[in-house]
Amino acid sequence: MSLPDADHDLVAAELGREPTPAETALFENLWSEHCAYRSSRPLLSAFDSDGEQVVVGPGDDAAVVALPAIDGDRESDGARASDETYVTLGIESHNHPSYVDPFDGAATGVGGIVRDTLSMGAYPIALADSLYFGPFDREHSRYLFEGVVEGISHYGNCIGVPTVAGSVDFHEGYAGNPLVNVACVGLVTADRLVTAEAQGAGNKLVLVGNATGRDGLGGASFASEDLAEDAETEDRPAVQVGDPYAEKLLIEANEALLDEGLILAARDLGAAGLGGASSELVAKGGLGARIELDRVHQREPNMNAVEILLAESQERMCYEVRPGDVDRVAEIAERFDLGCSVVGEVTEGNYVCTFDGETVVDVPPEFLADGAPTNDLDAVEPGRPDRDLPDVDLAEAFEAVVGSPNAASKRWVYRQYDHEVGLRTAVPPGDDAAVMAVREAGGEGRGSGIGLAITSGSNPDWTSADPYEGARAVALENATNLAAKGATPLAAVDCLNGGNPEKPEVYGAFEAIVDGLADMCRSLETPVVGGNVSLYNDSASGPIPPTPTLAMVGTKAGYDAPPAALSGEGTLLLVGGAGGALGGSEYLAQVGGSDRFPTLPENPGEVVAALADAANQDATLAVHDVSRGGLAVTLAEMVTEAAGATVETEDAVALFDETPGRAVIETTDPDAVRERFDGIAPVVALGEATATGTLTIDVAGETLSYDAEAVADLRSVISRELE
Amino acid sequence: MTVAVVQFGGSNCDRDAVRALSNLGIDARRVWHEDGLPADASGIVLPGGFSYGDYLRAGAMAARSPIMAEVREAAADGAPVLGVCNGAQIGCESGLTDGAFTTNRSARFQCEHATLRVENADTPWTRAYDEGEVISLPIAHGEGRFEIAPDRYERLEAEDRILFRYCDADGEVTEAANPNGSTGNVAGVLGERDTVAVLMPHPERATLPDLRAGTDGQGILSGFRVAD
Repeated sequence: MSLPDADHDLVAAELGREPTPAETALFENLWSEHCAYRSSRPLLSAFDSDGEQVVVGPGDDAAVVALPAIDGDRESDGARASDETYVTLGIESHNHPSYVDPFDGAATGVGGIVRDTLSMGAYPIALADSLYFGPFDREHSRYLFEGVVEGISHYGNCIGVPTVAGSVDFHEGYAGNPLVNVACVGLVTADRLVTAEAQGAGNKLVLVGNATGRDGLGGASFASEDLAEDAETEDRPAVQVGDPYAEKLLIEANEALLDEGLILAARDLGAAGLGGASSELVAKGGLGARIELDRVHQREPNMNAVEILLAESQERMCYEVRPGDVDRVAEIAERFDLGCSVVGEVTEGNYVCTFDGETVVDVPPEFLADGAPTNDLDAVEPGRPDRDLPDVDLAEAFEAVVGSPNAASKRWVYRQYDHEVGLRTAVPPGDDAAVMAVREAGGEGRGSGIGLAITSGSNPDWTSADPYEGARAVALENATNLAAKGATPLAAVDCLNGGNPEKPEVYGAFEAIVDGLADMCRSLETPVVGGNVSLYNDSASGPIPPTPTLAMVGTKAGYDAPPAALSGEGTLLLVGGAGGALGGSEYLAQVGGSDRFPTLPENPGEVVAALADAANQDATLAVHDVSRGGLAVTLAEMVTEAAGATVETEDAVALFDETPGRAVIETTDPDAVRERFDGIAPVVALGEATATGTLTIDVAGETLSYDAEAVADLRSVISRELE
Repeated sequence: MTVAVVQFGGSNCDRDAVRALSNLGIDARRVWHEDGLPADASGIVLPGGFSYGDYLRAGAMAARSPIMAEVREAAADGAPVLGVCNGAQIGCESGLTDGAFTTNRSARFQCEHATLRVENADTPWTRAYDEGEVISLPIAHGEGRFEIAPDRYERLEAEDRILFRYCDADGEVTEAANPNGSTGNVAGVLGERDTVAVLMPHPERATLPDLRAGTDGQGILSGFRVAD
């Protein structure tokens, strides 16, 4: 890839001369789809990112959100105390690198999003990964799946950040282009918060971390084109190699720098390397910079200006530092065995880079950062399927759905992730949402702190069947996950993955998922505070399904939450209205046929709030939401050797309908649940939990019965195949 | 008087150890390895993590760092020393305890809960338990398989220096209950003195009452009370 002619002409006109080779490379990368969102920016205004809890919205390395006040721990005039605890949220994709080199591609995805957290002054407390691969029965999918999980495990475990949430989906559409979407949640107090906005001319720009090599050259532009058939061999140099040991040292150094108040502004080095980080940092502050590329600490000899400027070597941070603090910053870097170089300073002029005494870049920073024109692309609105349901054997369908890799237990995955380091994991993975203990919040002596619930995911079958309604369902499903553990949504970040936007039907579907996600988040009054767009996820086998991964956090008082597993002692209720259709369901994926997408509730915010309250009732023994595989899978996941269930449903549609905004509640006080949902959503009596460990479902007179061992066997397909 | 939690580059359970000990009312603080042991150190934790990125071999580089000479000296003088997970690997590598921890039978990292049988309840680390008692602790390691030469294993047994073995919920030491293929299902051992112990499971992760992981690890960390 090179700088497109139209862009070249625009740049030449702005500069009044031909761009230098270094400038050409800089514009090529920073104006790429990956960095400049040229095709998606016109659509992203659909998102509502405001809210009184939002401290830093979209546009910085990560978003910052205030935790809700509990029992008046915020001043009555709404002022925020300097020790108030904020949550940071960030998400990014590492799709193309993970195809070419699954281990390193996924690992460096983790590294990047963690540094986005560090650059806000925050300490990372949790990771969530949403992963998408081709069909599980294919060897190449398994190779990518195993490599990606191992890469995340290796990197996340080493740096001591627990991986607590996420999702794994297998779908034909990802066979030639897997997706790796990584989210990080951090904590920062108000007085430690830093942003990527440069503060003043005369301050120094200091590069801390690994030495710069030639790895990851052109990663941003590599991420902005379709994957070629020979990408696994041809594009390997564009994939970075991670060093989690250096990242861990960077976490410690960043903390030490913050302890002493030495950081004025920070930006991590990601796409487009030093050129990207330093130019964006000064542009955000309305300032310029003068950078001497020769001063960058390097690990390879004879690197040229373009290589130093654009290499995406990992584990590096760019800090703005007062001139008098530079020596102390260098001492701290030295203490943690990290390289450190003062590469330049903030100015009031252009963004200027010199190399070997010559000026190689001299451009207006805001033109570089924000000057990329947007693409006006054609869109074809997606169609919607009609109902055509085949006749099937109920037991066969149940076993196919519960035993499908998509619905199966993901324990094989999260067992490889250290999900307990940090002593905050109150609800571990394997449940609807993880709950992390934020003991700092809620004020000293004011009770039990705040539980921060985390969920992330999408559903390619939903968004293939109906991109707009499917994306709305993805947002509601994430909110339902939080509510099932008694938390209410606080904020979300999205990772919007699509195919080649120059194809009108791809762009039309992408537009639909953006609108669907935005509309449902608005209905839920959940601000979308940041995100990432990844287009050109297209290969010889076609575009991926439009995939709007959403990572959402919610809060609750305390960290206790009802388990998903039955206790065996209560009545089972199904709360929430069924959409009465099977479009996009695992059932249709297994047995064939088509259907419209189920109708979603008109009052999703009320439903989510009611579910959160019901989950927190004293009489509630277990809660698990209905999603992939419908009620069949929900019930199968709730059964243990010690507790089973005997339930009734009216027909196969009711058993396999995946309408989100619903949950199964085991309670000893059904009336209290009915009362909370009165006027909001239907509550259906399903049956009773039992102490037998057997799941018995009566479907319009036909009985399905499986003991806990049979259910566990169906659900263990991933570990059975891979161990 | 404070328990020094030694932080190497790549340690990642150092903050957790301080939090868990503090929760038990035991004064503890992190000590950066290059700064050496503080004069008032009354005990030492070698915490979990990936010291030096586990490059070369888990624990091997940290074991050769200058602070470990001080730790060995303190241990010889009777200071309580507890190595957890990567700290256990460092303990073995530096000769504080016998044996070695190597790659799990699964060849994968495993984060889950394990049940352990208390083999010797007459040590500072286990006096809160009864011999034969079954406790549940989190494990999180890729290299936790205990290996030792047969004659030295016999010596460990003869000297009652095996602290914990992986077992099932009923306390039976079975192959199925062995998460990583450890020799004799060994999860933790004592050094030459019973004031020195290493184990792969994480007692600090089963100490805070507000997490679901339980509080079975409190008794082990209470071993540092002796020194208070």
